[in-house]
Amino acid sequence: MITDASPAAQPELEPLSETSEEQLLEIAMGPQHPSTHGVFRMNVVLDGEHVVRLKPVFGYLHRNHEKIAESETYLGSMPYTDRLDYMCPITNNWAYALAVEKLAGIQVPERAEYLRVIVGELTRLQNHACLIGFLMQDMGSSGTPLMYAFREREKILDLFESLTGARMMCNYMRFGGCRVDMPAGWLEQAQNVVREFPRFLDEYENLLVSNEILMERTQGVGVLSKELAINAGMSGPMARASGVNYDIRKVDKYSIYERFAFRVPLGAHGDVYDRYMIRFLEMRESLKILNEAMRDIPAGPIVDPKMRIRGFRPKPGEAYGRIESPKGELGFYLISNGSLNPYRYRVRPPSLINLTVLEDLCIGQNVADVVAILGSVDIVLGEVDR
Amino acid sequence: MTQALDQIFVLTKQWLLGFVPASAQPICSAILSVVPVLIGFPLLFAITTWLERKGLGRLQNRYGPNRTGPYGLFQPIADAIKSLTKEDIVPLTADHTVHFLAPVLLAAASFLGYAVLPIGRNMVLVNMNAGVLYFFAVGSVVELAVFMAGWSSRSKYSLLGAMRAIAQMISYEVPLVLASIVAIMQAGSLSTVAIVDKQAGYTGIWPHWFVFTPWGVVGFALFMIAATAESNRSPFDLPEGESEIIAGYYIEYSGFKFALFFLGEYLGMFATSGMAITLFLGGWSAPFSFLTWIPSYVWFFAKLLALIAGFIWIRGTLPRLRMDQLMSLAWEFILPMALLNMLDAGIWHFMPAGVLRWLVCTAIVAVPCVLLGQGLKRNKKFQVRTYQFAK
Repeated sequence: MITDASPAAQPELEPLSETSEEQLLEIAMGPQHPSTHGVFRMNVVLDGEHVVRLKPVFGYLHRNHEKIAESETYLGSMPYTDRLDYMCPITNNWAYALAVEKLAGIQVPERAEYLRVIVGELTRLQNHACLIGFLMQDMGSSGTPLMYAFREREKILDLFESLTGARMMCNYMRFGGCRVDMPAGWLEQAQNVVREFPRFLDEYENLLVSNEILMERTQGVGVLSKELAINAGMSGPMARASGVNYDIRKVDKYSIYERFAFRVPLGAHGDVYDRYMIRFLEMRESLKILNEAMRDIPAGPIVDPKMRIRGFRPKPGEAYGRIESPKGELGFYLISNGSLNPYRYRVRPPSLINLTVLEDLCIGQNVADVVAILGSVDIVLGEVDR
Repeated sequence: MTQALDQIFVLTKQWLLGFVPASAQPICSAILSVVPVLIGFPLLFAITTWLERKGLGRLQNRYGPNRTGPYGLFQPIADAIKSLTKEDIVPLTADHTVHFLAPVLLAAASFLGYAVLPIGRNMVLVNMNAGVLYFFAVGSVVELAVFMAGWSSRSKYSLLGAMRAIAQMISYEVPLVLASIVAIMQAGSLSTVAIVDKQAGYTGIWPHWFVFTPWGVVGFALFMIAATAESNRSPFDLPEGESEIIAGYYIEYSGFKFALFFLGEYLGMFATSGMAITLFLGGWSAPFSFLTWIPSYVWFFAKLLALIAGFIWIRGTLPRLRMDQLMSLAWEFILPMALLNMLDAGIWHFMPAGVLRWLVCTAIVAVPCVLLGQGLKRNKKFQVRTYQFAK
């Protein structure tokens, strides 16, 4: 449509605003960047040091896990699940085993349930310890807290190694139980690690929790409101730091979690400091579970004796198995058509879903905060991209 | 004997100068003075990198370099060979001339400051009567070099890093100079030699260093904080914040140019530490009267290494500040304290010596320091939180 083009009718030029588009600077943080925890890119639009827009770009580590699993046997996918969240392979195994067990209606023996809880909580300990270390690293503390956390992680990885034969790619769960029983002396060794762990937590807390620079850098930064946390489907420590009382160990009571007395810590502010402290508190609760589980573990078989490994064909149907992985709700959705391999295989990765709010958390913050916020979301790119 | 050992470098230089004709003596004298500095401080840089990696390693519960030579002592040599043999990559779109000049300028400017540092008794390259002023003047050339590096690289990261560096260095230059003014006021001279001379002498076994006065200790603390920021050391290493903007202004440098940046940075750190020693820690004088038989230059380097050890310790301990927090620390805390400290030094000068002077001058700096710190902290509303558990 033609408008009146007389000079008098032309609108006056807008005064140059302080943040006109020309002054914005778009930088790509990643895929090669020390603080993106893998190959992840954030297209950040900056106004000076402030973030105006942020677009997460992922997929650099995509390796077609879900489609490959559909042409594998059910058990054949088990080692692949290790590679999803490579910081905590055992909980990945567990979620997948749980989904298949639901699909095929397999019962897990008592001892195997206890073993699962023990290794699962040990995984949570090492994941949270490392996360806090990495978070401090991202805030520029030149590696000291990270090395302290890695010292503790080594002890737990040593336990995994003597139990499963591998430090990181454990491949430990089987449908209806676990692959191997604990070797002689393993329980005492694990009890020692658990007994010494509070010392590390105390040390860490003394060093960091009341550190003024840390409080200044994290309090009020990257605030995630309770409403947004619920609407965006947050789970795990991310959601709980915003005050959402959602812990699948309590909600689903899967495995034998209703037997243990543990509490769910909740944050009130939903900022980076809360997310960081919630993990501290969760580690303490995990230690309680571990102590009880190691005390009560019964003797018996570790895998359902009726379970067949070869020619495993669950009856047609669908199942969704989910657990509280250290990063949040890790779910596996399976559809069986009665054949050797699943008809549909789908992962609900907590890292990816928790990452979706990244832009909301980062807008208005500084570049330095983006790194801290990303660190507090706790992502592993193996799981985000699958 | 003690005297001879203390003056060995001065006497050697004079002895060597005796061999050259009188007309060539000024230039030879300059060369003989400059060359040891040009060799000695890079050597100290090499030792410091080893010390830093070893010290950080110990803080972080690991060994640090231990493959090259005994205790990894040859690590600096290995590093030097590595950086010399690396390919020198210049970005295609970079401004080649400026890109090349920036590290050279940085290293050169870092060396200039040493001209006025008294390394030992009678061991100062130039006894300038405006030595301190000259030191800060050439120190600010570093900022130009940093910005040249950031701008010429044509990389967004290096530009961000250069922006941060300029903002930080200019902000901290002000408190750095203001913190040093107290020593100048007391000595009544801008000459570094005069400032050191003013701190000579002992009461009993205790030296008359400026750091042992209320305004001196505050001035020293402020100077060291500002010096940490000025030399981009942790926790003020934002310009090169490894986890944020990767390496800041020198992200596009490789090989020997990168090594030059590294060298320039450490030389800057040594120079400001040396200035702190000169202004507040009595320069080359011994800490106790019964230790004066140890040569003066040994004391200077011992103090320098002690300050460097402090830097390493801080680097291994603290997380990094954020840009706005860094600025607010400079303008809201360090600057007012530095101004107040100048007032304090003036009062100290005009009050008769005695216990009353100590009490009054301590109160003038200590009370505002505590109140200001508390007030700033309350404004920011930090707290150690307590957490609820779900029912």
